[in-house]
Parts: sequence; C-alpha cells; structure tokens
Amino acid sequence: MYQYIARRLLLTVPVIFGVAILVFSIIRLIPGDPARAIAGVQASPEFIQQVRARYRLDEPLPVQFGIFLGDLARGELGRSTFSRRPVATEIGERFPRTFLLAMTALVIATIVGVSAGIVSATRRNSMFDNVSMLFALVGVAAPVFWMALMLQLLFAVNMRILPATGIGTWRHLVLPSITLGMASAGLMARITRSSMLEVLRQDFITTARAKGLNERFVIYKHALKNALIPVVTVMGLQFGILLGGAVLTETVFAWPGIGRLLVDSILRRDYPVVQGTVMLMAFLFVIINLVVDITYAFLDPRIHYQGEAGE
Amino acid sequence: METNEIPGTGTQSRGYEEAEIPAVDLEDDVSTGTVAPRRRRGVSEWHQVGKHLLRNRGAVIGLLIIGIFVIGAVFAPVLTTHNPIQNNLTMRLQSPSTTHWLGTDALGRDLYSRMLYGSRISLNIGLISVVIGVAVGVPIGAISGFYGGKLDIFTQRIIDIMIAFPGILLAIIVVTVLGVGVQNVMIATGIASVPIYARLVRGSVLAAKEQSYVEAARAAGLGDASIVFRHILPNCLAPIIVQSTFQIATSILWAAGLGFLGLGAQAPMPEWGAILSDGRAYIRTAHHLTTYPGLAILFMVLGFNLLGDGLRDALDPRSRGN
Repeated sequence: MYQYIARRLLLTVPVIFGVAILVFSIIRLIPGDPARAIAGVQASPEFIQQVRARYRLDEPLPVQFGIFLGDLARGELGRSTFSRRPVATEIGERFPRTFLLAMTALVIATIVGVSAGIVSATRRNSMFDNVSMLFALVGVAAPVFWMALMLQLLFAVNMRILPATGIGTWRHLVLPSITLGMASAGLMARITRSSMLEVLRQDFITTARAKGLNERFVIYKHALKNALIPVVTVMGLQFGILLGGAVLTETVFAWPGIGRLLVDSILRRDYPVVQGTVMLMAFLFVIINLVVDITYAFLDPRIHYQGEAGE
Repeated sequence: METNEIPGTGTQSRGYEEAEIPAVDLEDDVSTGTVAPRRRRGVSEWHQVGKHLLRNRGAVIGLLIIGIFVIGAVFAPVLTTHNPIQNNLTMRLQSPSTTHWLGTDALGRDLYSRMLYGSRISLNIGLISVVIGVAVGVPIGAISGFYGGKLDIFTQRIIDIMIAFPGILLAIIVVTVLGVGVQNVMIATGIASVPIYARLVRGSVLAAKEQSYVEAARAAGLGDASIVFRHILPNCLAPIIVQSTFQIATSILWAAGLGFLGLGAQAPMPEWGAILSDGRAYIRTAHHLTTYPGLAILFMVLGFNLLGDGLRDALDPRSRGN
C-alpha cells in the first residue's frame, strides 16, 4: 500500500512540472511581445523594459523558465496589469469564495445524486426511477449558464425570494450552488444507480438475502459500501469539473471568485492573472486526483496490486 | 470513463443514420479492410447492433432529436423566415408571434432564423472537434499502447498533464492562446478531447495486443503499421464510436459555454451560446432570448447523450445477450 502511495506521489511531480511548463508557455505562445503581455497593453516603454529585465526575457527559454519556477515556488506570481495588485493577493482574496461555492455544490450533488441513485436502483423501473433518471439526463445535458439564468428568472425575478447576484449572506449562495451542483447530481445519480445494480446482482448479496437478512440491511450494510467505490472516484473528478463550471456560474451570478477572475482577465488580456489562476486550478485538480486515487486504493485493495503490475 | 470496458466488436460500420457521421470519418482515418471472413461476420454483427439500437427507446428518441436538428441545419436556408443577421430596429425585442415564431432580439433579428443557423454552427463544432480529437488522440493512444516502453511512459505523462486541466479550462487556455472565434473553438474543444481518446485507445490496444489474431498477423509478416491500423484499431472501434457520440455532446456544451463567455463565436454570428449571452441583459423583459437557445442546446446535447447510451448498450455483447 505504501509503495503504491509513494509511486502515485512521485508521478504527481512530473505532472505539476508539466503544468508549470504549459502555464509558462501561455504568454510566450500568444502572438506578440511577451514583455508587453506581462506589462499590459497600456504600459509605458520604460515599464516594458523593466519587465523585460526582471523576467530576463532576452535570455534563452530555459533561463526564463528557471526564473518562472523560482517565482512560483515563492508564490510570486507577478502583478495584475489591470488592478496593478499582486496576482497572489487577487487570487488569495477570491479563491475561498470559489472553494465555498464548489464545495457546497459538491455536497448538494452528493446528497441528491447518491440518494436518488440508491432509491432508483432498489426500485428499478418504478415511477421514481424513471422520473429521477429523466431529471438526471436533463441535468447533465443542460448548459450550466442557462440553468443559472433560468433559476435566476424563476427565483429572483419572478418569485423574488432569493437574490439574483452578488455575495454576502447564505441566501446568495443558494442559486449558484444549486446551479453548479445540478449537472454533477445527475451524473452521480446515474453512476450510483448503475453501480448499485451491478453490486445487487452479485453472489454475496444473494447469500446475504438467502441468510434471511432484512432487505434494508442488505442494501445499506452490504451493497452500498461496495457500490460507492466508483462514486468516490467520480466525486473527485466532479470537483475539478465544478471548478471549471465555476467559470460559467460565477459569471452569471456575479460571484467574485477565481472563475470569474479568469474570464475577466482573459477578456482584459491581463495575462499574469490568467497564468496564476490557471496554475492554481490545475494544481488543485492534480491534488484532488491524487487524494481520490489514494482513497480508492484504501477502499479497493485490488487497485494497488494491479498498479504494481503496470496500470 | 465507463466506456473503457466495452469490448471491440465488428469491423465495418454501415452508417445507420446521418447522425453517425463521426463513425464514417473515423473509418477514413483508420482505413478498414480486414481479412475477408472477419469482415463478413463484422457486417452481420453491425446489423445486430443496429437492430438492438432501434429497439432501445432512448436511442431512438436521441436519433429523432438529432435528426430534427440535422434537417434544420441542412435546410436552414429553406426553412428560415427571415435573414438571420439583418437588423430591423423597428422590430426590437418582439415576443413570439405568427411573423416571428420565437420572437426577435435586441437588434430586431428573427430568433427562429438565427437559431436554425445556430444549429449548423453547433453541429459543425461538435463534429469537427471530434474529428480533431480522434485524428490526434487515436494514433497517439494506439502507438503508445502498441509499442509500450519509454515511448508509452512519455506519452502517458503528457496525457497526465493535459488531464490535469478540467476539460473546459483546457479549451479556455487554447482559446486564450489562439484568440477568439468559432474555428479556434473547434480546435480548442478538439484538443481538449485528445487525452480522452488517447487514454481510451491505449487501453483497448493494450488488451487487443495480446489476442491471437495479432500474433497471427505478425506471423504472417505484416508490418507494425498494418497490424495497428488494419487489425487492432478496427476492433477498438466500438468504444471510440461510443466516446465520440458523448464527445460531440460535450464539445457542443463547451463551445456554447465559450460562446457565452464571449470567447467563442463573435457577433453577428448566430451561435447559441452567444445568442444566450446577448439575451441576458433582457431577461426581465424578453426572456425568450435566453429560454429558447438554452432549450436548443439542452435538446441537442440530450440527443447525443441518449444515442451514446444506446450505442454503448448495443455495442456491448453482454447487455445484448440479455
């Protein structure tokens, strides 16, 4: 087990390094002068010159990359060309809001999705099963920004019971987190259902039933634990997808998180902020996947044996 | 994700409906043509798959939805009632009526006509991005799985890095670098799907490599390229087709998201995400501008997802046996 965890940790290093290369490349791949991209569109020639010297943009790429990595390690992400504030401060201020939004959405998605999936699987082909699977399909297919607008229209414009945009109270969190959680809930319901059905078909369930165990006991004590293994993986992946979805949800609800910051920065050509935000999102996603893989190995001992045999 | 488990089935697709265009494109890439007896069995197997698919209610609904959109897109010039990009400021923000079936937008343009042309854009984005994803991802996955060793380790780490970005974020990065516009959105969503195909095909190739027909081909003196492209890949078609169907849906969603953010199609192009974004400002007074394009995206995505589910079941011999 520890060998597996060590191997998995080790594999994370080149990935994070690769992510850093990609983020480093963004500014260099954009057509035009990277110094101008870092300094901002309206920067003075003197300032552009300063930027060129600071990041050693006249030197070979590996040197520039070394500087970039050193800055990254110190949390020095440059300054926003729009607000002139340090990128780390901008992100530090906004990230907790995105985290709160994504976590709330994940909790909603898990509670709604997993319970709907269990009930659907145990009452297969019932009215509940059909209706909830229809909802799940629609939830997955509906564009998150459209869902956001429709909920806004219904609850904020027509019924006036929840605020349409902004932050401050828990009421501001309701619509964005439901919007964001909806697609994930649909996916989790479908996966829980199919995983549960698969487990319920297995021999040990038949044995448990044959022993005369109460059906409820069979489902919650025997089946659920095994059925939840794939759900845990999906939960981890969903968190990354929620971070991506936050870009759209935050835009509609004027939720000042890093998703909205990313879009605004792209539109303003504020590349230092783009770099910082992208780096943070990818880094988080890598860490989450790491945690998921390790959790998965604890839940299903077969994984690390297979892992040692080469994926 | 779930599609990994589906074993490869036949060799030749016969293209049941217009909706399966990616399967045809894909075959051009992999160049079919296997040993004669296998092909005959393949055709009857695809026949089975088709029959199974048409018995699946969800898949049929999916095909119908896609069919309606395809007809709308192909015959858009005939079916439209107005010029989709011509302004008419005397008819601004009209509600749906007999002249403007779905109402008009802030510049007085007919929403129904714009949405018909929009279905062209969305279908194109979905198909082309999948073609890009397949054309790049499938060979990478195939070579990586077939040769293994250092090449495989290297490719896998690259794929790991790409997977480190949630799909839409990767697409956003590509658009940031390439600039906004529909073409770049196609490339961006295509690139974002490359790691998915590379992973999927690598897994299938790893499994297929051990099969006796590969050994037979090798013993017959066939070269690596011929073994991979003529023998292994045709047997990995099933998961690729299923994934492509889902991927069309995902690409359409991503592209609409990019359009909504202002990073995709630019005015006056009638792209659904962009129409929705323009309509946002009038949500209190003219909500038809947001409701209908959103429903269109939802139904198109739903159609491809339903078809994907149906194809997955139909191509899986285990569920077909039941």
